[in-house]
Amino acid sequence: MTPLAGCLLVSSLLFSIGLAGALTRRNTILVLVGIELMLNAANLNFVAFWRFGHNAGVSTGIIFGLFSIAVAAAEAAVGLALILAVYRHTKTTDLSLLTGRAQ
Amino acid sequence: MSQMSAAFLILAIVTMVAACAAMTLRGLVHCALALAVAFAGIGTLYLSLGAQFLGLAQLLVYVGAIAVLIVFVILLTRGGESDASPLIPTGLPITGIVVATTMLALLAWAVFHSFAIHSLGPPATPATVRELGTVLMAEYVLPLEVIGLMLTAAMIGAVVVAMKEKQDTQ
Repeated sequence: MTPLAGCLLVSSLLFSIGLAGALTRRNTILVLVGIELMLNAANLNFVAFWRFGHNAGVSTGIIFGLFSIAVAAAEAAVGLALILAVYRHTKTTDLSLLTGRAQ
Repeated sequence: MSQMSAAFLILAIVTMVAACAAMTLRGLVHCALALAVAFAGIGTLYLSLGAQFLGLAQLLVYVGAIAVLIVFVILLTRGGESDASPLIPTGLPITGIVVATTMLALLAWAVFHSFAIHSLGPPATPATVRELGTVLMAEYVLPLEVIGLMLTAAMIGAVVVAMKEKQDTQ
């Protein structure tokens, strides 16, 4: 296995773990955590393709990863603020209670 | 497998285990701490791939800010009590696991049938911070400003959304 394929495999494993968590957990905070893991998997792909890709030498991959980290930070801040606002109204962070499925 | 360094394998395994723990543990605080380990593992993976600046930025932003923010929100919402719901209660989560496994199989199939397992150019030389700064200030100055504006807007928006509302709202 070449290093690029190894990186891509690690990244897809991480993405699948995040996806499984985001789809199965019932706590909104943990769903956000799963989304963060998926974003990190995408970032790992940027770095892997920068390091081992055809256009090696151009630092586009790192720049894109940097911007992606900034966007993910903003997304996490706003998402956690939304969770706090929803918790203040409903006193719960359980998704199945929030959607009224298990009431 | 022989071309991959042992350090990369160890870091990848640690990251995977921490990510699995972050998604399966019961206690929310334990999940957040496992998540911090996973983020740190990804940061060290960046370092081992030669992206020093990105790795340190990942450590600062994710481990230093986002993981701590998540711990704060957990403590603010439920006081760290454990997630009482069973992990796999009914039909819907099983669907989620099936979807995630299918996604993993699809991605692995795509990786093993792509050019990634054959062709390999020479690996990129690690970019120094000086080069990155030059590129960031010359070529990507407009996206940099837009990102700064967006971060400011997100910060103000987060504060406004999470602010206590007045009692006499309708």
